[in-house]
Amino acid sequence: MPDRSQAPHIKDAIEYAIALKKPEIFTLDNGVQVYNVNAGTEEVVQIEWVFKAGNWFEKSNNIASAANFLLKNGTSKKSAYEINEYVDFYGAYVNRSCYNETAVVTLHCLSRQLENLLPLVQELFVDAIFPEEELHIFRQNMKQKLEVNLKKCDFVAGRKIDEFLFGAKHPYGVYSIAEDYDALEVEALRNFYATYYQQGHCTIFSAGILPANYSTLMNGFFGSLPFNQSSIVAPEHPIVPATEKKWNIINDSEGVQGAVRIARPFPTRHHPDFPKVQVLNTLFGGFFGSRLMNNIREDKGYTYGIYSFLVNHIHGGAWMISTEAGRDVCEATVNEVYNEMQALREGDIDPEELLLVKNYLIGTLLGDLDGPFHIIARWKNLVLNGLDDSFFYHSVDTIKNISAEELKAMANKYLQPEDFYELVVV
Amino acid sequence: MLDNGLKVLVHIDQSTPMAVVNVLYDVGARDEDAQQTGFAHLFEHLMFGGSVNIPDYDEPLQVAGGENNAYTTNDLTNYYCQLPSENLETAFWLESDRMLSLAFSKKSLDVQRKVVCEEFKEHYINKPYGDVWHIMRELAFKEHPYRWMTIGKELSHVENAQLEDVKRFFFKHYTPPNAILVVAGNVSVEQVRELAEKWFGDIPSGEKYNRSLPIEPEQKEERRMTVHRKVPADAIYKTWHMCSRLDDDYYATDLLTDILGGGASSRLYQALVKEQQLFTGINCYHFGSLDAGLLAIDGQLVKGVDIKKAEDAIEAELDKIRHEFVEVRELQKVQNKTESVMAFEDMSVMNRAGSLAFYELLGDGELMNTEFKKYQDVTVHDLKRIANQVMQTSNSNTLWYLAEN
Repeated sequence: MPDRSQAPHIKDAIEYAIALKKPEIFTLDNGVQVYNVNAGTEEVVQIEWVFKAGNWFEKSNNIASAANFLLKNGTSKKSAYEINEYVDFYGAYVNRSCYNETAVVTLHCLSRQLENLLPLVQELFVDAIFPEEELHIFRQNMKQKLEVNLKKCDFVAGRKIDEFLFGAKHPYGVYSIAEDYDALEVEALRNFYATYYQQGHCTIFSAGILPANYSTLMNGFFGSLPFNQSSIVAPEHPIVPATEKKWNIINDSEGVQGAVRIARPFPTRHHPDFPKVQVLNTLFGGFFGSRLMNNIREDKGYTYGIYSFLVNHIHGGAWMISTEAGRDVCEATVNEVYNEMQALREGDIDPEELLLVKNYLIGTLLGDLDGPFHIIARWKNLVLNGLDDSFFYHSVDTIKNISAEELKAMANKYLQPEDFYELVVV
Repeated sequence: MLDNGLKVLVHIDQSTPMAVVNVLYDVGARDEDAQQTGFAHLFEHLMFGGSVNIPDYDEPLQVAGGENNAYTTNDLTNYYCQLPSENLETAFWLESDRMLSLAFSKKSLDVQRKVVCEEFKEHYINKPYGDVWHIMRELAFKEHPYRWMTIGKELSHVENAQLEDVKRFFFKHYTPPNAILVVAGNVSVEQVRELAEKWFGDIPSGEKYNRSLPIEPEQKEERRMTVHRKVPADAIYKTWHMCSRLDDDYYATDLLTDILGGGASSRLYQALVKEQQLFTGINCYHFGSLDAGLLAIDGQLVKGVDIKKAEDAIEAELDKIRHEFVEVRELQKVQNKTESVMAFEDMSVMNRAGSLAFYELLGDGELMNTEFKKYQDVTVHDLKRIANQVMQTSNSNTLWYLAEN
C-alpha cells in the first residue's frame, strides 16, 4: 500500500526548457506574408486571413463588424445560401470575426478538401456584393439579439466598463445601440470592403497538415490580388476616460445577481512591467487557485467564479476584475477585492505560493503549445502586436525568475484602489 | 482492468510533453433521487474539497504544473487533468485518493452549496430564457429522471444537502467498478500499468451499483404549454422523444438534426430565417443522451410575428422531410460535416482522452475509430423513416415562451 500522505516527487515545471516552434514564412507575389505551422496528428488545416479592418478604421458604428459578417452573404456569382451550402458540403467552416484593429476570415477544413475551398475564399475577397436584403435581415436580427443581451447584467457591465476606461467614442470603448444598426447602408459597407478588404492589408496564418504544394496554391489564389499595395493609415483615437470612478447601475430590479467589474488602465505588451504583472495577475485572480478565487468563491461562496485579467489591445489596455455575485453580496465582494489588493501591497508572498504560481504558469504554457493551432495562435499574437519570439522567451524568463519583492513592487505600483473604476450592475 | 474492477485505458501520443489523466464516473443526474436533485453536480464540486489523505486537490496539482476541470451531465461525471508527463504520478496520487474516500468536510459542503446556488442563479435564473429546459424537461418526461436538469430541479434541493447524504452518494457511485481511467499523452503502457496498480489497486470495489431507472412510457398525445416571461421576444421550443445513444438509429437521427438545423445551409435556417424571415435564429439538435432522450427545435421569433404562424412554418418544413426523400447530395453534405467535426474534435490529447473514456462507457472504446462508418451507412430511406417515426405530433412537446407585455 502506497504512503498516501506523501506527495510523489515532482519535477518543478520551471525546470523545463520551453521552446516556441518557429513558423515557416513565405511571401506571396503581392507582398502578403504567410506564416505556417505545418504539424499535427489529424489531417486538418486552419487558415486565417487577417485584415487591417477592425472598428478602428470605421467612420460610423458597426460598419466594420457588419462588413466582416456580411462578406460571406453573397457574391455576384453565388447567393448567401449557395456559399453556405458549398462550404458545408465540403465539411468546412468559414468564420468571420471582427476586432478593434483587425478583422479575420477563418477557414477550417480537412486537408484533402483545401483545393475545393480556396477558390471560394478568394471569391469572397474579390467579389462580395453586400445584397440589400442580407443587410436587412442582419439589421433586424442583430437589433433583436442586442435587445436580449441588454437584459443580461454581465453584458451591460462589460460595455459600460470599457466606456469608462476608454471613452464612448474610442474604438475600445464604443458599443452598439439599435439606432446604429438602423443607420447601416450597403453603400458604406461596399466602400469599407473596397478599401479594407479588396485593396486592404492582409496577413495569413495557417496551421495543421498542409499540402506539399501549399505555397504555390496560396500564391495562385491570393498572390495576385491587390492586397498590401498602399499602406493603410490608422486614424488617431484619443482615449477619454470617465471622470467618475464608482458606478451603480440598475438593469433589472428583480435580478438575483449583480455583475461586478473593477478595472484600471494598463499599458500594452511593449511596457517592461507587462510580463511581471502577468505573473502577479495570475496569483491575484488569474487562475482557479488564485487569491480572489480562494477568498471569494472557495471561502465565502459569494460567486460561481471570479477572475482578473489583462485586457490586451494593440494600442492600450486595462487590468480588470470580473465576476457575477449574489445581489446582496456584491458590495461585500467589491470590498474583498480591495482587501486582496491591500494584502498584495502590504503582505509578503509566501515562497511556496510563488513557486506554485510559477509552476502552474509554465505547466499551462507547456500544455498550451500542444498542437499546431495553439502554436500559430501564439505567433499571430506576436506578429500582430509587432513582437517576435524574444517577447515569448522574456515572458518565460520572467515567470521563472521573478521574486516576491518584485511582485510586491508591482502591486504597489498598480493595485491602488483609487486608480480603479468600480461598477456594479444589478 | 484491475482486480477491483477499475478499467484502465492508455492512449500514447509522444508529440506532446504532457500527460492527461481522465477519470469518468458512471453517475449522472439520472441516478439522483427525485427529492434530492442536483446532487451529482454538487458532488462534482465537493470532489475538489479535499480527500481522505490530501487536504486540497488543486494545490498539489498546480505545484506540479497541472490544471484540471470536470463536468457533470445527466448521464455521467467526468474529471480530467493535464500536467507535464514527468509529474504523471502526482495525478495518480490525487485521483486515487479521492476515489478511496473524500474528506467530507463540513466547511467544503457549506461553501460549495452556496457556490452551486450562485451557479444556478447565474445560468438559469438571471438570464433571459434561462428556465426553458426546466420547463421542457418536466413537460416531456413524466417518469424518467431526465425530467430534471443536472443543476437540480430547485435551489432548495442543493441548499438542504446534508453531509450524510453526501457520504451515501459517494460510497454508492464513486467506486472502482463504476469508473473508467484513461491516461493519455507522453506515457507508456508499462508505466501506466505500474502506477495504476500502485495507486488504485488497493481501493476496495465497494458494492456494485445496479442502475434500474424508470422507463419513460411511450408518449401518445401531443403536449403543449404556454408561459409568459420578461423577455424581449417570443420563442418556441419543440421536442420529440428519440432513441438512445446506443441505438442503431442514433446515426440517422443525428444526421436528420443536421439537415434540419445544423448551420447556415440547413433547411430551417434557410427557409425560416432567411426566406420567410419569421425567426431571428433557429436550431435543431439532440442531447445525445445514453437513455432514450429528446430531439429538439428552438427558435426565437422576429418581433411582431404571430407564433401560430411561426409554428405552422416549422411544421411545413417537417412535412417535407417526412414526405419527400432528402437529396443524396444533402445527405452527403451532413456526412462530410460529421467527418470533419470528428477530426477537429480529436485535435487535442485532452479531447481524445475524454472521447476514449466516453466510448468505453458506451461499451466499446474501439467505436471511436469505427463510428464514422455508421454515419456513412445511413441512407435517405433511413432519414425519411426516422423523420416519420420521431417527428410526429403525438410524440411532440411544444412550449410557447411568450414575452410579457
